[in-house]
Amino acid sequence: MVSAFTRIVANHQVLVHINVDGVDCVVPEGEPLATSLLAAGYVMLRRSPNQHNPRGAFCLMGVCQECAIHVDGQIAQACMTPVRAGMVVQLRGVV
Amino acid sequence: MEPPRFDFDVLVLGGGPAGMVSAITASESGLKVGLIDEQAEAGGQIWRAPWAAPSQGYESPEVRDGNQMRAALAQSHVTCLFGRRIWSVTDRYRVDVLGADGVETCHAPHLIVALGAHERVIPFPGWTLPGVMGLAAATIMLKAHGLAPPKDWVLAGVGPLLAAVAAGYARNGHPPKAIIDLSGPSDWFAALPSLASRPVLLKQGLGWVLSIVSSRIPIYFRHAVRRAEGQDRISACVIGPVDTDGKSIDGSEFSIACDAMMVGNGLVPGGEVPRLLGAKQVYQHELGGWIPECDAFGRTSLEHLYAIGDGAGIRGGAVACSGGKLAGLAAAHDAGRLDAKTFAQQSAQALAEHHKLSAFSDAMAHMIRLRPAQVASIAADAVVCRCEDVTRQELVSAARAGARDVNQLKHFTRCGMGPCQGRMCGDVAAEILAQEHHLSRQAVGYWTARPPLRPISLQSMLGHFDYADIPIPKPAPL
Repeated sequence: MVSAFTRIVANHQVLVHINVDGVDCVVPEGEPLATSLLAAGYVMLRRSPNQHNPRGAFCLMGVCQECAIHVDGQIAQACMTPVRAGMVVQLRGVV
Repeated sequence: MEPPRFDFDVLVLGGGPAGMVSAITASESGLKVGLIDEQAEAGGQIWRAPWAAPSQGYESPEVRDGNQMRAALAQSHVTCLFGRRIWSVTDRYRVDVLGADGVETCHAPHLIVALGAHERVIPFPGWTLPGVMGLAAATIMLKAHGLAPPKDWVLAGVGPLLAAVAAGYARNGHPPKAIIDLSGPSDWFAALPSLASRPVLLKQGLGWVLSIVSSRIPIYFRHAVRRAEGQDRISACVIGPVDTDGKSIDGSEFSIACDAMMVGNGLVPGGEVPRLLGAKQVYQHELGGWIPECDAFGRTSLEHLYAIGDGAGIRGGAVACSGGKLAGLAAAHDAGRLDAKTFAQQSAQALAEHHKLSAFSDAMAHMIRLRPAQVASIAADAVVCRCEDVTRQELVSAARAGARDVNQLKHFTRCGMGPCQGRMCGDVAAEILAQEHHLSRQAVGYWTARPPLRPISLQSMLGHFDYADIPIPKPAPL
């Protein structure tokens, strides 16, 4: 895996399991999904619908929509979606 | 079925510094105040509530101020409606929100809009690559989530956030590999005298410089990113020199290998709610772009509509607080809860504070202003509209084919028509169009604001309803 984003502080949160494109991931409960994915090494999240270019989280504040991916079957902004146990994440947007 | 309804005397949109202070101030006069924010906690971006922030080494005045104000809000009588996305504002005034329990409506005769700003990033080829992120995103990772970019990361852009982010990560052992600053040392020195009026910030600023210098981070002054390279993620960036206006100039370009880049070129006011309601707008280059026309108390051209904070002009957190105080007092006065004499007395201090802070906020806003010459230097193949993958070349072609204002440009190219609703590209697209026609920014205008203000699903917008709930108008007689 390419170099991931690093946690500066140890998390004292409860850890839960989520599923990212079929792979089990252990992440802190309640953290925004976008940050969990960066820390787990998932930097590319989807492809743009027109040119199919790779995209990842960009603004982290709910504005740019670049992290809008499939969460439990529905498109959701990963930066605005807190992680829950058992969450099923697909790294694709509308295409 | 009608969605749940909440009624207030004053509604405040946005829980950042301006929104929090105005809500608390208005509620102190006995008014019933509701405060709506998308996040689970108040604070906005500058006072964003730490979720897992470093407990050591990153105790900034912002964290302290934010915690104090959150405590004051908890003590107040303000009703907090957090975790709710504002998707429509109509009438005088009805606010439609979407929360965990579905759609709700909030009503109040007084509306204070404090929805803040979003980031401006001047496009370059490759800025859409994963691993390239906004400068504000970097502060969110640092302040709220305790997350650092991978070891080889670069920091680029302009303004005080560059120094704040570099120092913040350096102190936590994750300094950037390089800082690429559009400004030169002379721009920073020019801003220094204004800092003298804010000793706390001067001390904070000197601390940043010390951290950057002691970490020996290479700084490339008067440079900008020419392009980012990589397959499915950034692997390198090419940087080159710029002149004092931000225009790319000939000189040695060179490549820096990197796994991530944090880049930002200032802030753009998020003025869509006053715009949607039809409040008069003005273009103020030094304040970030299009803003609602306001008096000193944040009163817009529409009765009982107030606009404050960075959404009413980029002035930073401190001015947002004094502006929030003034709008809260004005709302109390306009609602008949504060007589003219008390209003004058209480607002005099806030007005004085407001003016005192302006030297510093003007200097900072000047540092992060849009540089038209930098926009003129954007490469033809750079994507400007990220949502729809529209390049600068396509915008220029549309302008030459007859698009004269930004809404025509949108119709010609789909620029600004994607899910971010033109927030990421609007300022730059309008500047490109204005330059192409040698027109003013006033002449090319701004996007028409329309609900839904944020993407929400049709299903959640509809809520639960029966067939009998669908109103069927009586047909006209034949």
